[in-house]
Amino acid sequence: MTDIPSDTRTAAPSTGKEGAAPRARSVALLADPAAERRRARRSRRYRWDMKWSPYALIAPFFLFFIAFGLFPLLYTGWASLHRVELGTPTDMEWVGLRNFSRLLEDDFFWNALRNTFTIGLISTVPQLLMALGLAHLLHYRLRGSMFFRVAILTPYATSVAAATLVFVLMFSRTDHGMINWALGLVGVDAVDWQNGDWTAQFAVSSIVIWRWTGYNALIYLAAMQAIPNDLYESAALDGASRWQQFLHVTIPSLRPTILFTCVVSTIGATQLFGEPLLFSQGASPTGGSDHQFQTLGLYLYEQGWFNQHLGRSSAIAWTMFLILVLIGLLNWAISRWIRRSA
Amino acid sequence: MASLKTRGASLKTSGARLKKRGAGRQLHGGKLAYAVLILFTIGSLFPLVWTAIAASRNNTRLAETPPPFWFGGNLFKNLEIAWTDANMGTALLNTLVVAGTITVGTVLFSTLAGFAFAKLRFRFRGLLLLLVIGTMMVPPQLSVVPLFMMVAEFGWTDQLQSVILPTLVSAFGVFFMRQYLIEALPTEVIEAARVDGASSLRLIWHVVFPAARPAMAVLGMLTFVMAWNDFFWPIIALTQGGEPTVQVALAGLGRGQIPDQSVIMAGALLGTLPLLIAFVLFGKQIVGGIMQGAVKG
Repeated sequence: MTDIPSDTRTAAPSTGKEGAAPRARSVALLADPAAERRRARRSRRYRWDMKWSPYALIAPFFLFFIAFGLFPLLYTGWASLHRVELGTPTDMEWVGLRNFSRLLEDDFFWNALRNTFTIGLISTVPQLLMALGLAHLLHYRLRGSMFFRVAILTPYATSVAAATLVFVLMFSRTDHGMINWALGLVGVDAVDWQNGDWTAQFAVSSIVIWRWTGYNALIYLAAMQAIPNDLYESAALDGASRWQQFLHVTIPSLRPTILFTCVVSTIGATQLFGEPLLFSQGASPTGGSDHQFQTLGLYLYEQGWFNQHLGRSSAIAWTMFLILVLIGLLNWAISRWIRRSA
Repeated sequence: MASLKTRGASLKTSGARLKKRGAGRQLHGGKLAYAVLILFTIGSLFPLVWTAIAASRNNTRLAETPPPFWFGGNLFKNLEIAWTDANMGTALLNTLVVAGTITVGTVLFSTLAGFAFAKLRFRFRGLLLLLVIGTMMVPPQLSVVPLFMMVAEFGWTDQLQSVILPTLVSAFGVFFMRQYLIEALPTEVIEAARVDGASSLRLIWHVVFPAARPAMAVLGMLTFVMAWNDFFWPIIALTQGGEPTVQVALAGLGRGQIPDQSVIMAGALLGTLPLLIAFVLFGKQIVGGIMQGAVKG
């Protein structure tokens, strides 16, 4: 804090009356013509500054935002109506809606859509439920509470790539893999994680769950700490047990936060890419030998950068966009319903 | 859960203890709470510790049963192979440049634009803000084809600006700073500075930046972690043999470029270590930042 904030603090009360001090100063200076010219110049500059500085402040952001955010987003729609080859991306041939109609006829598209949905479900639901439970425990007065918070957040610092490489090794097919070995201890036969339909989807989901549970728990914890204490006090006076307080005070107060995490996790699940890519043998974009865990993100990558059809890839991107818009509308409807019932 | 219930029961019976303990947050955790939390802590940390264990062994040992649970003697040898053969040395340096530039750009531009949206009046303010919020959650897949065309057109393939420029600003960042500054920066302070004849430049330097500093730190940390771990666009724009980021180099390892599993784990360890060290040093601030961000956002 340097001179101006301290100045302004003393000047603040007088602002309601247009600032008495500066005006008094200007009256004293009126006699000097040079000072008068300086003052006029300064006030001209001031008006110019007031008018244009907001635009100058948002300009850097919008420059990059339009060039690398908005323009590509819209251009994807344009590209989806063309035949575009990977080798010659600037050569575009108009094909109308053919990319979309081919998409709807492609079994692998429906397969990817289904996989994205099921993996999204088995990664998001347990993740958020566990996060809620964890947040509840962290909300107690604990010894070493900061240690627990940092510890459960560390997976968030681990990149998708690093985490997946480790999980691939742990989910290794033969009985030397960590997880198959542990299952063997309790008498379960080794599982071929990568090649089974459900096992592979479960393994991919476990990476997502591992990385994001702690993060969501902290978000819930922050929201729990904002719940006023007297809500609990009156519930306790009414004879509510801890569990009943959790159900009838904590959960209803958390509803907006829960909705928020649901939306963010759903969006994350829709674009799932790195985990299934690196989980398949040799990082192939097919999502397993039988496409058993190919997500929409992987399918887009395969169409564009392996089958070299960037136009079709754009069509997939816009289909994903449509799905996200649907999710957004659903979210809006639910939050309206919550507000009305509250 | 049993202990929680008895706790609840004791709350209801004795009024004096109820006063003292008050609501949920003052209640001490029972043994069960500690047990579950320790379980989750182990679950969170084990894969990371095991990465280091696997990186210190060799490929033959990793193919034996049971898997190793303690460190071997090959750590530095494997790290060295990963550093040179998997290009992890270049990758770490590149990632530092990329994530550093993106963090500075995002924090600076978000603060400026966030301040304008929070406190200044100008035409189309509402419309522009709506545009920012509307695109906040658009995934990168939606713009990747045109970006690829642009990079090909400009001849930026395998150059770092191809991953820096598209991520240099963030709509989330602008929204985040706006939300923070609406409350943290009283309008009277700005008016008072204006009355004193402060230009916008002075205002930003002496009033806005000091007020925004806590939120800038939070946004900086979140952005750095995100930029460090960015995967989808970098593996399209960069190649592993050229100028990879850490994630691109790790994807190369996933493709089976080096068949030795212990070296792959050494690479994963190298790519994660910088952020893990930051977590050990600044864990408290990062946790605080995420929780603060959750309330604001």
